[in-house]
Amino acid sequence: MEKSVIQVRELTKKFGSFTAVDHIGFDVYKGEIFGFLGANGAGKTTAMRMICGLLTPTSGEVKVLGLNIATQTDTIKRQIGYMSQKFSLYDGLTVRENVRFYGGIYGMRGKQLQQKIDELADKLGLEDKIDQQVKSLPLGWKQKLAFLVAIQHDPKVVFLDEPTGGVDPITRRQFWELIYEAAERGITVFVTTHYMDEAEYCDRVCIMVDGHVAALDRPEHLRHKMKKETMHEVFYQLARAAQRRD
Amino acid sequence: MEKSISSNPAVIIQGLRKTYENKSVTAIKHLDLSVGDGELLALIGPDGAGKTSLFRILATLILPDEGMVRVLGHDVVREFEALRLITGYMPGRFALYQDLTVLENLSFFATVFNTTIEENYDLIKDIYGQLEPFKHRRASQLSGGMKQKLALCCTLVHKPSILLLDEPTTGVDPVSRQEFWDILGKLKEEGMTMIVSTPYMDEARRCDRIAMMHHGELLDISTPDDLISSFGKPLYAVQSDRMFALLQDLRKYDATDTCFAFGEAHHVTFKKPIEPADLNGYLQMQGHHHIDIQRIQPTVEDCFMDQLAS
Repeated sequence: MEKSVIQVRELTKKFGSFTAVDHIGFDVYKGEIFGFLGANGAGKTTAMRMICGLLTPTSGEVKVLGLNIATQTDTIKRQIGYMSQKFSLYDGLTVRENVRFYGGIYGMRGKQLQQKIDELADKLGLEDKIDQQVKSLPLGWKQKLAFLVAIQHDPKVVFLDEPTGGVDPITRRQFWELIYEAAERGITVFVTTHYMDEAEYCDRVCIMVDGHVAALDRPEHLRHKMKKETMHEVFYQLARAAQRRD
Repeated sequence: MEKSISSNPAVIIQGLRKTYENKSVTAIKHLDLSVGDGELLALIGPDGAGKTSLFRILATLILPDEGMVRVLGHDVVREFEALRLITGYMPGRFALYQDLTVLENLSFFATVFNTTIEENYDLIKDIYGQLEPFKHRRASQLSGGMKQKLALCCTLVHKPSILLLDEPTTGVDPVSRQEFWDILGKLKEEGMTMIVSTPYMDEARRCDRIAMMHHGELLDISTPDDLISSFGKPLYAVQSDRMFALLQDLRKYDATDTCFAFGEAHHVTFKKPIEPADLNGYLQMQGHHHIDIQRIQPTVEDCFMDQLAS
């Protein structure tokens, strides 16, 4: 068994009388692509924000790389990457400026940074666009660039929040090949998605319903266990049973 | 179900061209398209294909450079005022007022169109029924699926005759997407003409016809069944115990034409007819186990990939 890099124990978040996340617990292992699924309102985003240290839990504990996310946040942040769906790059800055800015935040300097910029441009076939403002790039390119920027400091874990939302079928697949490559290099990937074909590309998926973990297993095991042909059907059956639909 | 364009189409587009930034960026190169009265048309294509520009022209928010565009008999340039009263447009990033409640948003849009929620209640009652328990909640506090239902409700409040929906289900979970499309199904039964863009090919499958745009042009327009039957080559689904390695090994295989990941299997086409046993042998040599090779029917997504790859 690979080493556990994320440990979630009895994690709970209450907003007033409403329990958004209710005593969830699981481990994520090194180099794994861990899919985190749930209907809108199931508590997925709240849980993910607590796991990457952006939101304080009401109770329970999260350890990332053996460190307590609540008390050792600064040490952890250098070792993780985060890509949100809504905001990831500065639209008004060029590709090069974004890469330098984020690299700088993570303490990269000089040659190392220049090398990274060349590498990124080469990887995305963006050489001629490196000095263009990010807002002029199509969404799919932006998302791929944002991912590579999120892992440019070689984090041990990267969190991706709906990275392929609204992205066309071809670009989605290119994006997932970048994820696979990152995982092969040993980066642990924690990813949320609403595309059920993408759930199949994960080593394991966790499905949240009503603030609880309703299922956690390899996609093929879930399909066999629930006697379904596709992850879409698995998800549909679990999420349909939700009491909470807001 | 073949949907023929009636003699009186809801939308007629001829020779449409749209550029930005002093003509240096071309969003729509040249477009001819008609949409039938009561038709549900899916608009698909990669980012930057020109879909959103087309919506904004149809919604009379931006002007075409060239060409003729008529919606429900009205010219989008000269008769924009009349058109706005009968068009329902839901942009991709909808401007719901986040700090207004559900009810306040709805009342606001009703007031803008000089009507009331009650006046056209019939049209929205199914959706509003789902929103009602949260009517005093601020829009910012709604989940993604509910936000989109509210946005649709606001788009319908003035009883438009045509709906323009730009990626209404992006960021929405599969269960809520299903519910959203059930609502669209009901609107269709009532005769609503709808143009819907979507990155989800299972949604495109539910439409009367699918228009595929690429680089500002119409690549193809046909019914889902015609699109699928035009695929024109054998398609195989291949699985093994190591799916990422399988993707790479399939691409190295001599006979492989295209190979894409499709959920639980990879979908592969070949340059020449193949014997599955040969492929199986090759994959075993590469160290794969539990190999499964099946001839399958293409989906709309396969057609999309195929059209754009060629």
